[in-house]
Amino acid sequence: MAGLGLACLIAALCAFGYAAVAAFHGARTGDRRWVDSSRRSIYAAAGLLSVCVVVVESAFARSDFSFELVALHSSTTTPTLYKLTALWGSQAGSLLLWAFVLSVAASAVLFATRHKHREVAPYATAVLGALGVFFAGLMLFADGANPFAQLDPAPAEGNGLNPLLRHPAMAIHPPMLYSGYVLFSIPFAFAIGALITRRLDASWIRSTRRFALLAWIFLSIGIMLGARWSYSELGWGGYWGWDAVENASLMPWLTGIAFLHSIMVQERRGMLKVWNVSLIVGTFALCLLGTFLVRSGILESIHAFGESTVGTPLLVLVALVLIGSTALIVSRLDDLRSERRIESLASREAVFLVNNLLLVGLALVIWWGTFFPLISEAVTGTRSSLAAPWFADYTTPLAILLVLFTGIGPLLAWRRISPGAALRIFSGPLAFAVAVGVVLAVFTDAAGEPWAFAMFCIAAFALAGLAQEFARGAASLRALNGGSYVVALGRLVGRNRRRYGGYIVHTGIAILFIAVAASSSFQTSRDVRMMPGESVEVEDYRITYAEPSADIDPEEQKLTFAARLDVERDGKRFSLSPSRNYYSSNARDPSAGPIRSFFEGEATSEVGRREGAKEDLWTAMQPDLEPLEPLIAAVDKRLLRRLPEVGPGGPTPEQIEQMREFATAQGDAIERLAALYVANPLPVTFRINVNPFVIWLWVGGLVAVAGALIAAWPAPAARRRRVSDVYAARLAKELGRA
Amino acid sequence: MNPARKRQIRLVVALTAAVLLATALVYTSFNASSEAKSPSELLSGAVGDGTYEVYGKVVPGSIQRDGADMTFEIADREDPSVKIPVEYTGQVPDPFRDGREVIVTGRLENGTLVAEKDQLITKCPSKFAAEAEADPEHVIIDESLDGS
Repeated sequence: MAGLGLACLIAALCAFGYAAVAAFHGARTGDRRWVDSSRRSIYAAAGLLSVCVVVVESAFARSDFSFELVALHSSTTTPTLYKLTALWGSQAGSLLLWAFVLSVAASAVLFATRHKHREVAPYATAVLGALGVFFAGLMLFADGANPFAQLDPAPAEGNGLNPLLRHPAMAIHPPMLYSGYVLFSIPFAFAIGALITRRLDASWIRSTRRFALLAWIFLSIGIMLGARWSYSELGWGGYWGWDAVENASLMPWLTGIAFLHSIMVQERRGMLKVWNVSLIVGTFALCLLGTFLVRSGILESIHAFGESTVGTPLLVLVALVLIGSTALIVSRLDDLRSERRIESLASREAVFLVNNLLLVGLALVIWWGTFFPLISEAVTGTRSSLAAPWFADYTTPLAILLVLFTGIGPLLAWRRISPGAALRIFSGPLAFAVAVGVVLAVFTDAAGEPWAFAMFCIAAFALAGLAQEFARGAASLRALNGGSYVVALGRLVGRNRRRYGGYIVHTGIAILFIAVAASSSFQTSRDVRMMPGESVEVEDYRITYAEPSADIDPEEQKLTFAARLDVERDGKRFSLSPSRNYYSSNARDPSAGPIRSFFEGEATSEVGRREGAKEDLWTAMQPDLEPLEPLIAAVDKRLLRRLPEVGPGGPTPEQIEQMREFATAQGDAIERLAALYVANPLPVTFRINVNPFVIWLWVGGLVAVAGALIAAWPAPAARRRRVSDVYAARLAKELGRA
Repeated sequence: MNPARKRQIRLVVALTAAVLLATALVYTSFNASSEAKSPSELLSGAVGDGTYEVYGKVVPGSIQRDGADMTFEIADREDPSVKIPVEYTGQVPDPFRDGREVIVTGRLENGTLVAEKDQLITKCPSKFAAEAEADPEHVIIDESLDGS
C-alpha cells in the first residue's frame, strides 16, 4: 500500500513538473496542444494525489502502524473520526493536504477557463504546476515530511492524537484554513499570468474572483471554528488570544477582504491595478507564511508542533514569491496605469480605497506584533514579546474606523454623490445611530467603555444603512413587479447576488464586531476556590459547588475529574458540569510514572456553560491536585517495581505476562484514585465568567459566511450569458468554416 | 485648486498617516513588550518598571495558596541561591509544581514579582508529541528509573 502511495506521489510530482514546463513552452510558442496537455497533466496530478490521500487515510482507518505517520499520530484507541482527521495533525499529512487541495482547485479553475484566457491561463498553469512541484518535492525530499515513511518493525501501538485536538471543531478547523490558504494561489497564479502577458484588464479578476471569495469563506470558517474551540475547550475563557498562529490566519483574511473589494473598483472603474496585483501577491505570501508559522515552531504558540524540517524551504518560497512578483510588477508599471482617477472623495471607490488602507493597516499591525519577538531579537539581542493589550490598543480604533467606512461605502454611488443625495441617504442611518447611542447611554452603562460604546453606535449606523439598502431595493422591485415584500426581498438578493450577498456579509460582520466589543469590554471574570457545598455570587448568579465526580475512559486512557455546579438566578435553577480530562501523556512509555504521566501531559477542559442571547455563563474547573502528590509518587514507585526489564531481544513471554499485569495494576490504581477524588473532595479553583453577547459572535460569523456563499453562487443571468457565449463562439466557428 | 495639487496633498496626508502609524508601532512595541529576564538579572537592579518575562525554577516547598491567589518563589536556573518571590492569580497549569521550570510575566514591586493574570507558563518535562516525534522507537524503560 505504501509503495502505491509513494509511486503516486512521485508520479504527481512528475505530472506537476511536466504541467509547468509544457504550459510554459505552450505559452511561449503559442502551440495549443502543449497547453491542453499541461492542463490534463494537472488533472492527472489531482487524480494521483487523491490516491495518495486514500492510501494514507485507509492506513489511519486500519491503524496500520507500519506507516510512521499513523504510528505517530493515531492509535488503536483513537476514536474513528479522529483517526481520519489525524491526517492533518502532522507535518507530512498537512503537506499532503496542501498539495491535494492545490491540485483539485487548479483542476477546477483550469477546467472552467479552458476556452478562455488563451494567453493568461498557460502561465497560470505553469505557476500552479511549479507550486505543486514544490509541495510534492517537500514531501519526497524534506526530512520527516514523507507521509509514506515506513517503520520496521511496526510498533504494536501508536502515540495517539494529541487530546487537545479531539474536538469536532478541531477535526475540520485545519483543513478549512489550509483550503483557504491554498485557494488564494489561484488568483495569485492568474495575476502572475496577467502580468507576464500584460493582459492587465479585469478579465483575470472575473475568472478567479470566486476562488478568492471561496478562499475567504474557508478562512472565515476555519477562524471561527478555532475561536469556538478555544472558547469551549481551553480553560482560559476567551475565543481569541492573539496567538502567533491565530494571527497568521487573520492576516490573509484581512488582506483577502481588501482584495475582494478593490477588484470591484478595477472591474468598474479600471483603477487600482497595481494595488490589486500587489494585494493578491501579499495575500498569497501571507498564506504561505501562515503555513510556515504553523509548521516551523519559530514563534511560541499554543500550536506548538515541535521542530520542523520544512521551515527553511517554505521561507525561501515566500521570498521567491515576493521578490519575483515585485520585479514583475515593477517591470509592468506602464501597463498597470489606471484608466481613470478618483473624481471625488465622496464616492464609493474612494471609500473602498480608505477601507483597503485600513484593512492593510490592520494586517501590518498584526504582522508587526506577531513577528516582534524576532524583530526585537534582531535589534536588541533579546527576545521580547507583545501581549494581547498591545494588539487591542491598535486593532480597536482601526476596527471602529473600518466599520464606519463599511457603513458609508454601500450608501455612496460610484464616481461621486451630490450633497442633496448624501443628505437624503445618510440622514436615516445617522439618526438611528444617534438614537441607539442615546438609549445605550441612558439605560445601560455602555458609555463607561468609550471604545465599545463607539463601536455600538457605528455598527448601528452600518446596520441601519444596510437595512435601508435592502428596503430601497425591495421597494423598487415591488413597484416593478408587485407581490409581497418578502418575495421582493428574496428576488432582490437572488437577482443581484454579488451585491446583496456582500451586504449580508456586511451585516454579519457588523453583528460580529458588536459581539466582540461587548464581550471584551463587559466581561465579568472571577476565579474562586471552593469545596463542595460552598457558594459564590457572580453578577446575578448564585453558584454552588454541589459535588465532585470522576470518570475513567479506558479506551482513550482518559481520567476525568468533574464538578456539578448548581446555579440559581431569579428563582430559576440549572446545573453546569465543567470537567477536566487528564490523559496518559505517553501510553507507550509508562516509565515516566504510570499515574504521574496522567498529570504531566496535556489536560483539557470541558467547559460547563449556558449560552443565551444576552450572555453566557461560562465555567471551567481545575482541582488542586497538590494534596495527592505524595500518594501518586508512592503508588508510582510501587507500580514501577512490577515493570519487567526488557532485554534487547524483546520481551520474553513471561515478561509480556508481567507487563499485562502491570497494565491491570495501573488501571486499578487509576480507578482507586478516581474513587478517592469523589470520597475526599479536593479544593477546586473555578473560573466563572459572565460573557455578554458571545453567541452573536457565532451568529455574525454564520451570517457572514452565508452571505459570502450567496455572493459566490453563480447568478442565473450569468449562466444564461455563458450559454450564449458558447453559442456565439460556435456560430463564429461555423461561419469561419463556411 | 487644480487636480494635480489636490492629489499631491492627498499623497502627503496619506504618507504622513503611514509614517505616524509606523513610528507609533515601533515606539509602543518596544515599550510595551516584556523582555525575558532571569531572576538574577531582574534583582541586579538594572531594570526599569516595565513588565518582564521571568524564567526560573519553582523553589520546592515555596508554593502557598490563599483562595484563588498563590505565592511561590522562583530560583535562577544558573544560580539557584538567587530567588525571587512571586504573587500570582489566575489559571495554574496542570504540570505546575515544585522544581518545575516556569515563565512568569509581571512587574517588579518592592522585590516581589507581581504576575499578570493567567501569565504563568509551566514547561512540560516531556511534551506530548515533541519527544515521541524526535524518537519514534521510544524505549520502554527509562534508565534513570531502573531498579528503583
